[in-house]
Amino acid sequence: MIAATGSEQAFAFLRKLIYDNSAIVLEADKRYLLEARLGPMLTREHLGSFDELVARLNSGNSGPLRQRVLEAVTTHETSFFRDLHPFDMFRKTIVPRLLNERSATKRLNIWCGASSTGQEPYTIAFIIRECGLQLAGWTIDFIATDLSEEVLNRARNGLFSQLEVNRGLPVPMLIKYFDKVGLEFQVKADVRKMVAFRKLNLMEAWPAMPEMDVVFMRNVLIYFDVPMKKRILDRLARTIRPGGYLFLGTVESTHNLSNSFQTVQVGNATCYQRTT
Amino acid sequence: MRALIVDDSKTMRRIVGKVVKENGFEIIVEAENGEEAMTRLRDSSADAPVQLALVDWNMPVMDGLTFVKVARAEGFAELPIIMITTEGSMEYVTRAIEAGANEYLMKPFTKESLRDKLVLLGFETPI
Repeated sequence: MIAATGSEQAFAFLRKLIYDNSAIVLEADKRYLLEARLGPMLTREHLGSFDELVARLNSGNSGPLRQRVLEAVTTHETSFFRDLHPFDMFRKTIVPRLLNERSATKRLNIWCGASSTGQEPYTIAFIIRECGLQLAGWTIDFIATDLSEEVLNRARNGLFSQLEVNRGLPVPMLIKYFDKVGLEFQVKADVRKMVAFRKLNLMEAWPAMPEMDVVFMRNVLIYFDVPMKKRILDRLARTIRPGGYLFLGTVESTHNLSNSFQTVQVGNATCYQRTT
Repeated sequence: MRALIVDDSKTMRRIVGKVVKENGFEIIVEAENGEEAMTRLRDSSADAPVQLALVDWNMPVMDGLTFVKVARAEGFAELPIIMITTEGSMEYVTRAIEAGANEYLMKPFTKESLRDKLVLLGFETPI
C-alpha cells in the first residue's frame, strides 16, 4: 500500500478537529498516528490524500464524515479502574469481608459480566494480586464474560494501546503488571492466566456457574428495558450466594427492580449485598 | 488551587492548562524548563502553594526528570508530580517513578486520561 500524502496544513486541521471534538491531544510529531488511524479510511472513502479529506470535511454536509474521522481516532470508551471508587471499596472493604467470611474454604468465585476488551477484569485481577490472596493460599475462580468473541479475543491477548493504558491505570501497576510489546502494552502472562474469558449473552440462557461471592455487572443494565433489568437482577440473585456482593455501574441500582439486595455504601461508593 | 505546568512548548502549556482549569485549578503557573520551574516553586508562598506539577521530560536547560529529583531533594516531598511525555518505554516510566514522580501520562493523551490521573492523585474533579 502506498502511504497517503498530506500537507502540514491538512494535519494541523485534523489535529484541531480531533481536539475540539474529542479532546485527544495530538502533537505535530504524532503525524504517524493520524496516518495509521485515518489511512485505511481514505481508501474506503476513495480519497487520494489527507488534503482531499480536509477539503471534503470543509464542504457542506460533512457531518457523517466528521463522525467517521472521530470514531477512527478515538478508542472504545472504557478504562482501567473506571470510576475508581467502586474498586477502592472492593479492595478496602469487600475483600477483607470476604477473607473473613470464606476463611474456612479459602476459595472465592468472582464473575465479571461485561468484560469488553479486558480493562475491567484485569483491574479486578490487579487488585486480587495487590491483596496477596493467591500468595496466602487462596483459590480464586475468576470468570469474565462478554457476548462478542472479537472483544473476548482482544481481552485474552491483554494487549492495550498507549491511549488505553493512559486511561485510569495507576502507573505503579503499569510497571508491575505489563510488558511493552512493540508499540503496545501487554498484561503479563501470569495475570492473564488468572482470568477465564468465556462467551455469554445475558439475554439468553446462562450456563451453570458456581455460586458467586462477587459479581461485577457494571454499565450493563443501562442498555436494557425495565423487564429485562428485572430478569437479569433476578438471575443474579440466584447466582450470587446469600451475603455475596454485586457491583453495578455508577448510574445503575437495584432500586425498584429487585428485593433480593441491600445497599452497602462506603464513602462515594455503593455495592449491593444479596440478602440472606 | 494552583498548578505548575512545565513544558518548552507553548502549545502544550496552553492545552494542559486548559484541561487542568476544567478540573478545578484556578491559577496556572507556567515554566519553560525545569530550572525556571524550580524558581517558581521556591517563589510560591505557604499561603498560595503550588498543589500540582505537570512536567514534560525533554526540555532544554533542565529536563523533567532532573526537575523531579531536584524538587524532591529540596523538600517538595508532598507535591504531586505528573510526568507528561512522548517517552513510552518501560525504562523511562520506571525511571520517572523511581525519581519521585507520582504519575505518568504518555503523549498523545486525551482530556479524560489527564482527568483520570488527577482522580488517582486524589483531586476531586467535576464529572
